[in-house]
Amino acid sequence: MINKFLGFEPDKDKLPSLTAKIGDDIDLSSHKYQKIWLGPNHPGVTGNMAVELWVQGNTVVKAKTHVGYLHRGFEKLIERRLFVQGFPTSIRMCVAEPDTNEYLIATCTEQLSGYDKAVPEMAKWLRMLSLEMARLQGLLRGVPGQGGTFALGLGVQWGVYLRDLILDRFEELTGARVYHMYIIPGGVRGLLPDGFKERMEDNLRDIDDFIIRIRKLMFHNSVFKKRAKGLARITPEMVDKYGIVGTNARGCGVKRDVRKDHPYLHYDQLDFDPPTDTDGDIYARTWVRWQELIQTVDLIRQIMAKMPEKGDIKAQMPNVLHWKIPKGETYVRLESGRGEYGMYYVTDGSEKPRRVNLRGPSYTHAIALLEDLLVGADVADVHAIMVSLQTCPPEIER
Amino acid sequence: MKNLIEKLTEDFKISDVVYQRPDLAFVTVPKGVAISLVTELRDYEGFSHFVMMSCVDWIEEGKFQLLYLLHNPKTKTDVGVKTFIDRENAEMASAHHLWKQVWTYQRELKEAFGIDFPGSPRVDENFVVEGWTEMPHMRRDFNTKEYSRDTYFPRPGRETNDPAEYMRKKLYPNEPITAKKQDNDK
Repeated sequence: MINKFLGFEPDKDKLPSLTAKIGDDIDLSSHKYQKIWLGPNHPGVTGNMAVELWVQGNTVVKAKTHVGYLHRGFEKLIERRLFVQGFPTSIRMCVAEPDTNEYLIATCTEQLSGYDKAVPEMAKWLRMLSLEMARLQGLLRGVPGQGGTFALGLGVQWGVYLRDLILDRFEELTGARVYHMYIIPGGVRGLLPDGFKERMEDNLRDIDDFIIRIRKLMFHNSVFKKRAKGLARITPEMVDKYGIVGTNARGCGVKRDVRKDHPYLHYDQLDFDPPTDTDGDIYARTWVRWQELIQTVDLIRQIMAKMPEKGDIKAQMPNVLHWKIPKGETYVRLESGRGEYGMYYVTDGSEKPRRVNLRGPSYTHAIALLEDLLVGADVADVHAIMVSLQTCPPEIER
Repeated sequence: MKNLIEKLTEDFKISDVVYQRPDLAFVTVPKGVAISLVTELRDYEGFSHFVMMSCVDWIEEGKFQLLYLLHNPKTKTDVGVKTFIDRENAEMASAHHLWKQVWTYQRELKEAFGIDFPGSPRVDENFVVEGWTEMPHMRRDFNTKEYSRDTYFPRPGRETNDPAEYMRKKLYPNEPITAKKQDNDK
């Protein structure tokens, strides 16, 4: 409309027609196409991952994900160490929510050694609290971060400040800000410090205000709406085809949430309903995450209200230096902020695990799905699409 | 779950069943029928969500154990289909036509364990270790410590602690030293 009024057509229309087929038949020597490397220097907040793009004008005609820039062989390292020594390594497999790794590796070892029933009640509530706090700090970065990919930087600054307040709570609960090592086999490392609930409630009240402000900043913003609506659409048919999980699946109406489908810890005692949307585009996914922000704040309040005041926090476990776990295998999953996050764990009766394999949502979202979603997208939207899938490279290359 | 596995046992020569949890079972089948069973579970039994594919190196037996983990969103159950293949000239039929993300797993397994999946897209492309010429790095006989000792320069002035010994001193200072030293070289 505006173009007609001004009397010019967009430049994109004057470029050669988009005739490239998706595949390897793109001939760069024809001068119709150009290859661009995006990354690996932190493209958006995804970081440490490169996307090789073939573009025609502004339009992406082919994309390839490249990982390996921070490969440290976590799984291999864990296989060469005692069970308890695997913990400091495992938490590095996902920087965004390290607590999820703690829970998975602790639960795997407990299940295979028969200690899963021995975990005290109080420890289960504290585990849930730390997992929801991890989700909250991830969302405080992720929701405004999506606005940041469309040059809406203010929300990111608000979010990072509030995330730091949650990290303060983590620091007083666990002694560390990012890598907590709080959930250990048999329970957790400590009780809530005195006054923790009050200080957390103060932070949650600040986050309540932020939730309202970020809604006005992002969802009432015409630029955000215009760019995010209809972009990188995921349909319900794609969910099983690509193995899409979490908010990416719920954004297109497929209601899957491990906390509801396979309730673990005490999630069955909490009152919540995972939010969904139907459009499946970036706007819908961000909207679902914004609602999750509200829900996570509510879940933390519920947990703090329902958890017992006192109790054992750790079961009596064997001497970790001589701990042998019988031969077996298991798969444990949880709902991380990015979706189903699981661990396949194999033991052979020795003092070390035989195989540890992490199943991170980014493994499918950032490779098979991203490469297909980018085809036809504008090169300026590539960051937004990557961030909207909540790409986390460390969990791909473990 | 039990009914389903009993129903499939004869047709797919299921030899070993482990019910790890009420919602998780692992079944072992011969190499030749593994993809057929995975297809059957996807198309007729509702296991539409492909959770992951993994490999375990049982070097003592000269075998790789491949795992296809499938999830049924309606019944909320998981089945792990396991099959064993020889370590020498390891090769397995590709399952990339069943789910879009399977080729990524197969590409990783080719690089990390040296298992070939003929016909799988981009199976020969590097995944995480670019230009790697050593033995596939996730095999049990690949010695990470020896590799780093041979490849990287030692940093002068750096003290290293044996992790197990350090933990013993820290956690159990009064315990007599009877435990055999942990061999982290392997």
